[in-house]
Amino acid sequence: MLKLVSGGSGQDWACSVAEAGLGSEGAAFEVARPGDLGEASCGGPGWGCAGIPDSAPAVGMLQAGAAGSACGGQDAEELGEPVGGAEERPARLPPPPALRLLNRKPQGGSEEIKTSENDSQRGRLRRGPRAAPPASGMGDYGRQPERSAPHTPGDPTGARAAAVNGLLHNGFHQLPVQQPRFFNRGSVGSGDPAPPRLLLQPELQPQPQPPPAQHDSPAKKCRLRRRMDSGKKNRPPFPWFGMDIGGTLVKLVYFEPKDITAEEEQEEVENLKSIRKYLTSNIAYGKTGIRDVHLELKNLTMCGRKGNLHFIRFPSSAMHTFIQMGSEKNFSSLHTTLCATGGGAFKFEEDFRMIANLQLHKLDELDCLIQGLLYVDSVGFNGNPECYYFENPTNPELCQKKPYCLDNPYPMLLVNMGSGVSILAVYSKDNYKRVTGTSLGGGTFLGLCCLLTGCETFEEALEMAAKGDSTNVDKLVKDIYGGDYERFGLQGSAVASSFGNMMSKEKRDSISKEDLARATLVTITNNIGSIARMCALNENIDRVVFAGNFLRINMVSMKLLAYAMDFWSKGQLKALFLEHEGYFGAVGALLELFKMTDDQ
Amino acid sequence: MAECGASGSGSSGDSFDKSITLPPDEIFRNLENAKRFAIDIGGSLTKLAYYSTVQHKVAKVRSFDHSGKDAEQDHESPYEISVQEEVTARLHFVKFENTYIEACLDFIKDHLVNTETKVIQATGGGAYKFKDLIEEKLQLKVDKEDVMTCLIKGCNFVLKNIPQEAFVYQKDSDPEFRFQTNHPNIFPYLLVNIGSGVSIVKVETEDRFEWIGGSSIGGGTFWGLGALLTKTKKFDELLHLASRGQHANVDMLVQDIYGGAHQTLGLSGSLIASSFGKSATADQEFSQEDMAKSLLHMISNDIGQLACLYARLHHLDRVYFGGFFIRGHPVTMRTITYSINFFSKGEVQALFLRHEGYLGAIGAFLKGAEQDNPNQYSWGENYAGSSGLMSSSPDVCPAQRTRSGTFDLLEMDRLERPLVNLPLLLDPSSYVPDTVDLTDDALARKYWLSCFEEALDGVVKRAVASQPGSVDAAERAQKFRQKYWNKLQTLRQQPFAYGTLTVRSLLDTREHCLNEFNFPDPYSKVKQKENGAALKCFQKVVCALDTLDWEERQLALVQGLLAGNVFDWGAKAVSEVLESDPQFGFEEAKRKLEERPWLVDCYNKWLQRLKGPPHKCALIFADNSGVDVILGVFPFVRELLSRGTEVILACNSGPALNDVTYSESLIVAERIAAMDPVVHSALREERLLLVQTGSSSPCLDLSRLDKGLAVLVRERSTDLVVIEGMGRAVHTNYYAALHCESLKLAVIKNSWLAERLGGRLFSVIFKYEVPAQ
Repeated sequence: MLKLVSGGSGQDWACSVAEAGLGSEGAAFEVARPGDLGEASCGGPGWGCAGIPDSAPAVGMLQAGAAGSACGGQDAEELGEPVGGAEERPARLPPPPALRLLNRKPQGGSEEIKTSENDSQRGRLRRGPRAAPPASGMGDYGRQPERSAPHTPGDPTGARAAAVNGLLHNGFHQLPVQQPRFFNRGSVGSGDPAPPRLLLQPELQPQPQPPPAQHDSPAKKCRLRRRMDSGKKNRPPFPWFGMDIGGTLVKLVYFEPKDITAEEEQEEVENLKSIRKYLTSNIAYGKTGIRDVHLELKNLTMCGRKGNLHFIRFPSSAMHTFIQMGSEKNFSSLHTTLCATGGGAFKFEEDFRMIANLQLHKLDELDCLIQGLLYVDSVGFNGNPECYYFENPTNPELCQKKPYCLDNPYPMLLVNMGSGVSILAVYSKDNYKRVTGTSLGGGTFLGLCCLLTGCETFEEALEMAAKGDSTNVDKLVKDIYGGDYERFGLQGSAVASSFGNMMSKEKRDSISKEDLARATLVTITNNIGSIARMCALNENIDRVVFAGNFLRINMVSMKLLAYAMDFWSKGQLKALFLEHEGYFGAVGALLELFKMTDDQ
Repeated sequence: MAECGASGSGSSGDSFDKSITLPPDEIFRNLENAKRFAIDIGGSLTKLAYYSTVQHKVAKVRSFDHSGKDAEQDHESPYEISVQEEVTARLHFVKFENTYIEACLDFIKDHLVNTETKVIQATGGGAYKFKDLIEEKLQLKVDKEDVMTCLIKGCNFVLKNIPQEAFVYQKDSDPEFRFQTNHPNIFPYLLVNIGSGVSIVKVETEDRFEWIGGSSIGGGTFWGLGALLTKTKKFDELLHLASRGQHANVDMLVQDIYGGAHQTLGLSGSLIASSFGKSATADQEFSQEDMAKSLLHMISNDIGQLACLYARLHHLDRVYFGGFFIRGHPVTMRTITYSINFFSKGEVQALFLRHEGYLGAIGAFLKGAEQDNPNQYSWGENYAGSSGLMSSSPDVCPAQRTRSGTFDLLEMDRLERPLVNLPLLLDPSSYVPDTVDLTDDALARKYWLSCFEEALDGVVKRAVASQPGSVDAAERAQKFRQKYWNKLQTLRQQPFAYGTLTVRSLLDTREHCLNEFNFPDPYSKVKQKENGAALKCFQKVVCALDTLDWEERQLALVQGLLAGNVFDWGAKAVSEVLESDPQFGFEEAKRKLEERPWLVDCYNKWLQRLKGPPHKCALIFADNSGVDVILGVFPFVRELLSRGTEVILACNSGPALNDVTYSESLIVAERIAAMDPVVHSALREERLLLVQTGSSSPCLDLSRLDKGLAVLVRERSTDLVVIEGMGRAVHTNYYAALHCESLKLAVIKNSWLAERLGGRLFSVIFKYEVPAQ
């Protein structure tokens, strides 16, 4: 069921894995049960078809709108899992009906519905009423297939997306961008956003208009609106953004149309042009905004337009500056719809409206994550696969990054590691459930590192971790038993107690900050690995996809995870990784923009 | 890895004080006879186990040799009593801080007189560290035992032998501990041992267990990270620090990410999205308390989550938690319980153990004692010699805490015979012997504790009077008084100290304390006298009954049973009457009885039943000596026998108050048989069988009965159970549901209880139950 695409784009990393040999926590001592995965992997017939009627996406969207927001089902688990204080049990209020997302598993699985294709699997949910999956938002361009999916024709999403082809036109006007001060602090991605109540925009009538002035009168607005047609009736006006506002980082994807005709360019409003130029000609914005140039998806066709997809991030703490800038630059005059997901879409909604006169289109973060991931995987990474794994994960010498073909990805366990961690079991593109999550995530790594070492950024923390040795900090099995603990088949090098050596003063006095950073990284990573592995066993899934910005520039964690999955499952589980780590939510949000427009 | 390396939990002294003065007699009891040792040395506490024998005085009854009628006439009493020494086996466990280890070893060496032991079983992380010291001091060879194996063995042992060993922790209830009745089959279960790391072990049978997983994030992580993040370097102090913190200052909560929207989304805003998520900044200082709290939540949640995942994977719902991270700390029991509830959505219960700290030592001991087959016996917790569970909550009884922090004891008596469930219990797994839970019912607790306090002087007097020839009886009686008084005070403060507090446990504790000071049977003389007097009336009573017509006789028999039951020295109201008016007679007692309809009156139904076919076999639990058993029970037994019903008469194995003991019942039956042909032939033909219950309690626990009794009950297809007396039918078993018909009858000889039940003093309970078909 899984095909390995070999000969990937040689991005093999040096295998300097550190922990691979011994990082395993004392915890995970368990043998995976060979799962019986057979049937699960054939995805469901239901949605393999590429062509979804134009109307479908609209339906999907409307329902998402009506049914709203997401968090209903996942409720408490959402981000935190754990409980805050022991003080209160999570109130498991059912969300108001209007907000209920039907694809979410309501608490505890009691309401889950089995689908015919997978009822052999336990507990997944089907997106009931939402007839058409969200990804079908792209579907209606099916008539002009153009680019075939790099790896799999079979992949519906890919096929559909690939089908899209160029329409031109779009009006831009200037957004005198003096972008926000971005902080340059890498860090962990969002916690996990939430779902939206869709607000439909007023109708968009194509009618190119001359550039508007900075401050528009109602009349201008009206003209503008017409102008915004991007060449097709139900195509959203530029600019096209998708945003994922997480607990730590804001992820922004921006589609830069490269097929702008001269005529179109002339019509492009100043505001719009300036946004485009600013975003595409810089790689850093303000103090903390960063464009991940290496991730840029080139020559992509989205919603009938050809262009490049840019990936930008900045800390959530800069959100107010960003909104302020939106206001100053009169972003609202563009009448674009800002599709946003992540908790911040809710938290900052009011600010967007009050300060910048922008109405956010809020989207469920898990929906976006999955749709974004499937989409990016389907279009590939500029000709190379998006997905990869590590060959020989248990052998530091031979461990190598290899491309992986995620043609038929189901079922998969998706572990999204942002500030916190969410774990989803995905059975088809619109049938998934949130299995669990943990509050020990990227935010914990960075938070503890800051407290322990005085560092300030994710990059700094990782750099220290790369130089440190966690075995000075952790108590290993051999520290206790003098060697392997044979009674239970534990290697002496396994970690018995994370930070266990720090119980003793002498040891505390003898370690370096780098050691502490490394131990923190190893502890958090192994713990996520351990929980993911247990979930995979419980859900009977053998593919575990790790995503989220915790993995950004974090080879140590990736190799540890690859090692842990392989070693503790005796080769039964495969750890998969994705190039665009933390950006899928934002991509998913952008995809919603297209669907939304289709609806109208 | 359990406990290894964990040092300092509760350790107070840094200095290694060798000259510490121990109150050794009270701590290392019976050391002279100790014959087998085991030691479990953890990071901060040492647990020593030894097997010893205890010499007890026991009152033995012996029939006079009546060769002729004359001989019988000579004796006032029906039998003679002699006090003999009996040796019983006992397991001693002592827990103390590692600081005292050398002093303790010295003490043991000096007092170990005649042991042939050459080896000491050792387990725990410290076993390595202290090996040489032990070998040098005790001249014993240290035999190291696997930590996990010992833990599991110990765990199985306490779960099997100590009723209400396990409890759940409920933070807002008073008290916080909810004890569980032991499931008849303790397997399978999950043991999550949170030492410096976490071990998760699945236990399937006595000998089969499997390490199914673990985590490196455990107590050592809390301690190690806590020591790095705060200025506090000790485990207990870190916990204390954490209990004062606000984790929301450090953790990123759902509401921090979603803003106010979490409410409309149905999210609980206070859930932690990212532990320490707010501390990723250089421009803010965080309080030590807040960081400690956040750390505690992070670790507890993580362990709870993994435990739930493993429990689900292995389809287990009983999960016991132990290890130094838990060990009696309300803070961690609370966070772990919360986490388990959250992640399992209530499907898994977090269970804790009263003697969790002793598991390793018990297991190591059992490993070394395998040739003695300790698992073949039943054992009972000796309340007199055990410290009980101490709340480490700082505001509860500081004196107790201090003591428990230093030396803590557990003693287990080896019971003569194995104990099992009564096969007739409807649902052994849900059977709860006790009617009122005094841990729960504060009002009742207050009353009964006072009641036992007030009765204490009378018990002391009776104890002294029972040993007129003894020089030190008064002194021992005072010691008994002090001991039991202290127990009662402890229970006032910590009603959960020995599991669920009940009238039964109060009575049993008193019996254990009396035994401890060699008052094995303070009522032996009283019982002897009463039996003698009652036997003299037997024939008259039986003749009177025989003159009645059938229906009158049935009522008279029941009234006789009830009237007999008024003769109970255990009840305060009655003991006063008996002391002041020894002539108080059987007939008077009948007159004292409440008129029908009784408080609980199923007599008509019973009468109807008697008109039907006879029962196959009746099991009768007798109560008091004298009038009760002789003039109440035996005529009733005789009637049943005449109907063709076989009778098993079950009496206590050991003495408790004036309850008739098995050995007394044998003599009484013999004497009655001599007077009565019905009883005589029934005994001879084994239609009347006398058995022992295996208990020495004034109450009755149907889940711990002598195996012989259980076998007999099954063999004879018993279809009627008669339980007599307040202790057995009201304080316990009032709600017990059986497979067969049952008769529970008692006279309420306590006005408080009578009032509570809606009656008055000497109200009658006559409860006849037929199981639903």
